[in-house]
This record gives sequence, structure tokens and C-alpha cells, in this order.
Amino acid sequence: MDFDNGKPIYLQIVDFFYENILIKRWKEDERIPSVREVAMMVEVNPNTAIRAFNHLQDLEVIYNKRGIGYFVSENGYAKVLDIKRKEFMQHMLPDVFKKMILLNISFDDLKNTYNQQENEKK
Amino acid sequence: MLTVRQLNFYYPNSRPVLKSINLDLHKGNIYGLFGKNGEGKSTLMKIMTGLLFPKSGTCALLGESTKKRNVEALQHVFFVPEDFELPSLSIATFEKVQSPFYPKFSKEQFYELIEEFKLSPANIISKLSFGQKKKVLIAFGLSTNTKVLLMDEPTNGLDIPSKSQFRKVMASAVDEGTCIVISTHQVRDLHSLINHVVILDNAHVVFNQSLETVSEGLWFGKALNPEEPSILYSESSFGGKTILTRNDREETEVDLELLFNGVLSEPNKINTVLKNIHHGTGV
Repeated sequence: MDFDNGKPIYLQIVDFFYENILIKRWKEDERIPSVREVAMMVEVNPNTAIRAFNHLQDLEVIYNKRGIGYFVSENGYAKVLDIKRKEFMQHMLPDVFKKMILLNISFDDLKNTYNQQENEKK
Repeated sequence: MLTVRQLNFYYPNSRPVLKSINLDLHKGNIYGLFGKNGEGKSTLMKIMTGLLFPKSGTCALLGESTKKRNVEALQHVFFVPEDFELPSLSIATFEKVQSPFYPKFSKEQFYELIEEFKLSPANIISKLSFGQKKKVLIAFGLSTNTKVLLMDEPTNGLDIPSKSQFRKVMASAVDEGTCIVISTHQVRDLHSLINHVVILDNAHVVFNQSLETVSEGLWFGKALNPEEPSILYSESSFGGKTILTRNDREETEVDLELLFNGVLSEPNKINTVLKNIHHGTGV
């Protein structure tokens, strides 16, 4: 894993979890890798990995079954979707809007580009 | 695990290398030991393993002074030096000869690591390249499962894929019972592993903090306003990076290079800010 400067590594690990849950590689009520496995996967100090696990547990995205390991919560997918949608709306869009104003890009321009890309995919 | 008190050291006919050093290294941590060239990092590690003796003061490993070279204490420490000579034996013979010194040595772990590092037990060590020899020693050091593991510039000589392998191996090797000390200039190779920073400068310990405290108290990045009053240190280059007092700002990842440069030029400012957090939160 390559790390962004700026964002704390534990939050970057949290994002890595979110991605795996959103693409359904990690499904609800399924066991996810252990702290040690995650630490190895992303090449970090296990203490940093534990911080990411604790953060996700506080948000109830994952839960711990004592002696067995960590699992994605029953409604983990919905929770992550909610978190990431809020993040997109509150953190990414304001920057996009700022750029749109700066570069004089209208919503129609945006829509056309979007449709064009969707067509190319087909 | 390792306790250093009022330690002084100098080489014959030279200025002091270490002056009144006090350190307490605990288990469950990976310490990064930083300092400019010639600031005594390697010397300190050699004293910690009983290879050099302090001129005054003490260095104790699990309560035993390291200069006594007590077997009971030394079997709990392994040192991977930056430069070393290894005998012209096969890896397998080397393992047989050396492993009995370490009661918790795991043969299985050693050969797994050897395989991971793309080496074979039949390889004659003296015929390997520097980087490969280093891998043999790193694999051996990790497999000794000693309570204290010291590594001096472990990623020097390792190729790019091996550095990533090294980080993986290290991430799996630490547990709550081990104390690992890594001295390095290759901050980028290892910053994701280290959770506590010790900086030596001018023969003194000028900084000794956990990264948790650092990220609680300091903010790393580009300041929007160059006159910002909370700037503690800034690099003058274009778009220069700065260290600020964090206050209510969002947590940022600790930029170890910036921290190192900041501590060398503004040790008092930075240490004062971090000291105040501890007092403030009553930690």
C-alpha cells in the first residue's frame, strides 16, 4: 500500500476496509483478516492496524467475536455506504464546485461528459 | 527492557560521542533511532549489546548491566549491525552453529524467511551479495525471537522488492513481548513500522516521543498562511512544508523527515509543545 502524505495511516487503512466492503469482497457477517494479517498486508506496525480496527468497531462497521476474530457487521455495507456518501458530499464536492466555478464549467458540461463516458463504457 | 542511565562514551582521542544519555525502551514498540552521521547511533546499539562499554553511567538489559556480558541477558538480545563479516558456511550450517545460543530460536520460522527472501539453505554465505548476506542475518535475527532486537540500517543493501518484504516480515514479527530498535537514514522505507522516535544530536538525546503523542500535538503539511502564528518550523523551499501546533486541526500523518529536520533546528519549541499536551491531558 502506498501512503498519502497527510492522511494518518490508520485512516488510510480504514479506507482500505471501506473499499473491500463496498466492492463486496468482504461480505456482511463474514470474517475479515486479523490485525496481524492486515498489518502484514499493508506493511505497518500492528499498533497502527489496531487503531484502524478500533475506529471501525466504534463506528459499528465491524465487530469482534472474542477468540474468533473480526467480522463485518450485519448492516456493515449500509453503514459504509452512508459514511462514504457523506464524505463525498461534504468533502469532495465542495472542491469540485470550487474548480467548476474557477474553470467556468457548467452543470450541463458535467452532464455531457458524464453521459459521454458512460456511452464509451458500453 | 533496556534502561540507559547517565551514559557517557567517547572513543580514544575524540570528542564525546554520547553524553549523559537516559533512555527507557519498553516492549511492544518499534523504536526509530535517528541522528545525523556520526551522532552515535551505532555506538549506542553496540553498548546496548555489550560490544562496547560505557565510560561512565549504565546500560541494563532486563536489569542486567550489558557490559557484564551475562549469558542469561545476552540470549535475549540480537543485533543486526550495518557492516558484518559472516563465515564461509552454508546457511544451514550457520543456523546449526549459531541457533543454540538463543533458547527461543525457531528453525521453522528461519527457513520460511530464507525462502521468502529467495535464498536456499545450501547457499554458501560468503559467496552471496551484500544484500543477500544482510537478509540471512535479518532472517536469523527475527527467528531468534529475542526480547530485544536491534537493527542498524537494516534496509541498506536491500533491493526494492526486498524492502517491502522486510516491512511485511517486521509487521508480523512484533508482538507485545518484543522491543525492536531500528536505526536508519532511510526514513521512507520504515516510517509505517515505527511507533516511537528517538533522535540523537550533538551527543544528546534531543527527542524521545511516541508517534501517538507527536500526532496529537503537531500538525504536518503546507500552511496556507506563511505568517500563521502556530508555525513551529517551516522549510523554505517552494510550497515548503511546515510543522504547526495542532490545536483543533485534523490529525495528519507524521512526516518523519520533516520532524527530524524540525527537531534539529527547533528542539525547544517542539519539545515544549509536546510536553504541554502531556500535562494538559494528565497522561
